[in-house]
Amino acid sequence: MTEALDVTLTVNGERHAVRVEARRTLADALREDCGLTGTHLGCEHGVCGACTVLLDGEPVRACLLFAVQAQGRAIRTVEGLAEGGELSPLQRAFIENHALQCGYCTPGFLMLGTALLERDPTMSDEALVDALSSNICRCTGYANIAKAVRAAAAEMRERVPA
Amino acid sequence: MKAAPFAYHDPRSVEEALHLLATLENARLLAGGQSLMPMLNMRVAFPDHLIDLNRVEGLAGVTAEGGALRIGAMTRQRDIEESPLVRAHLPLMSEALTHVGHRQTRNRGTIGGSLCNLDPSAELVAVATALDAVLEVQGPSGARDLSIHELPLGFMTPSLAPEEMLTAIRIPLPPAGHGAAFEEFARRHGDYAITSAAAVLVLEGGRIARASLTLGGVGAGPLRLRSAEAALAGQAPSEALLREAAAACGSIDAMSDPQAPAWYRRRLAATLARRALTAAASRATTPARQGGLA
Repeated sequence: MTEALDVTLTVNGERHAVRVEARRTLADALREDCGLTGTHLGCEHGVCGACTVLLDGEPVRACLLFAVQAQGRAIRTVEGLAEGGELSPLQRAFIENHALQCGYCTPGFLMLGTALLERDPTMSDEALVDALSSNICRCTGYANIAKAVRAAAAEMRERVPA
Repeated sequence: MKAAPFAYHDPRSVEEALHLLATLENARLLAGGQSLMPMLNMRVAFPDHLIDLNRVEGLAGVTAEGGALRIGAMTRQRDIEESPLVRAHLPLMSEALTHVGHRQTRNRGTIGGSLCNLDPSAELVAVATALDAVLEVQGPSGARDLSIHELPLGFMTPSLAPEEMLTAIRIPLPPAGHGAAFEEFARRHGDYAITSAAAVLVLEGGRIARASLTLGGVGAGPLRLRSAEAALAGQAPSEALLREAAAACGSIDAMSDPQAPAWYRRRLAATLARRALTAAASRATTPARQGGLA
C-alpha cells in the first residue's frame, strides 16, 4: 500500500477534492471517488475507448492517465453534456439515429464526437470515420454512430455560421 | 487490470528527474503513458517508483535549428502531426503519425516515449531510422548524442543506461523537393503494423542522388536496407528499378510471431517497399534551390 495523495479534480466545472493512491486511474477516480459513473470502463488498457473523456478539450483515454496527473486540468465527462436538463445536439442525434443499443460504449463515443464537432464540424466523412475508428461498439456496426455525428454536425453548422 | 502500487514522483526539471532516476531503485520514467500504462494495468511492468515527466519544463516543442528539426522528447504525437514545421520539412513523419494509434492516444503519446519503448512495429522508430535521427541523451555524467541506428540493443531494449533519459531528437532536414512515403499493413487501422516501409528519395538531374529505405516490424528493430539504397543511387527512378530494389526485401531475415509468419512478412515487405518507393519517387522533384541538407 502506498500513501494516498490529495488531488483536486475539476470535472464539468465542479471541483472534487479526492484522496487517492497514485495508481488510481482517472477513470476509476471519476467513478469511485467523484461518483460520476457515466464514464464507462471496457478494457482498461487503452483499446476500446469507452472511458474517453476530454482533458482541456481534447479526447483522451481515462484508463491511460492517473488521476494525480489530471490535477489542475479541465475534465469533461458525459455528465456535463446536457445543459439545464436539455440533451446536447449530439446526444439527441444518438437517440434519433439509433446510434446505441446496449449503451456501454456510448459515453466514450459521445465525448469523442463532442470533441470532434467542437474542433471542426465541417470535417470530411473520411476523417470522421477515421477518428471514430478509435472506439469499439459491439452492437450497432458503427454506421448509425457515424450518421448521428454527421447529423449533429449539420445542426451545429447551422447554429454557428462559418 | 489495476496497476500494482508504486511511489509517484513528479519532478519539474530534467535535473530533478535525473537525480531521482539515479537514486531510486527499480524506477521507470512515465512519458505519455500510452504503452507503459497498459503494461502497468496488466501488471506486465511493476516498478517501485514511477517518475512522471509530464510536468518537467522544457521537454516539449518543435524548433528549427541549423539544418535540423529538434523535437523535444515529451512532444505529443498529435502536436508533431499538426506542426507546420514537420509538415513542411518532414512529410514522412506527418504521414506515418496518422497510423500511430488514434487521436486519443496521440493526444497523450510522445515521440520520446515511442522511441524508448522501441516496439518493433512502432512507426516513429522506423521513421527516425529512415531519417537518420540523432538522440539527445542526458545522464549523471552529462549529455551525449546517440545515433538512432545505435539505439536498439534487442527486442524493446534501447541502449540507454538505467540512469539516462532521452531529452530530444534532432532530425537532419532532407533537401527541399525530396520525396518521402510511408506504407504499412495492419489488421485494423490504428493497430501496430505487422510490417511497414519508409522511403526517402532525393533526386538530382533526374537521377536518384540519395535513397533511404527502412522496414519496420520485420525484426527486433527497424531494418535499413543499405544494399538496396546503394543499388538505387545514381539511377533514374524507373518503375523497373524501384520494383527490383523492393524485390530485395523478399529475401530478408524476418521474424515469425502469432500475428504473421516470416514468409508473410517478407512478401509484405517487398510489396510495401515497392509502394513506398513508387510514391516517394512520384513526390520527389529536382529542387530549384538546395535545401538545408545537414
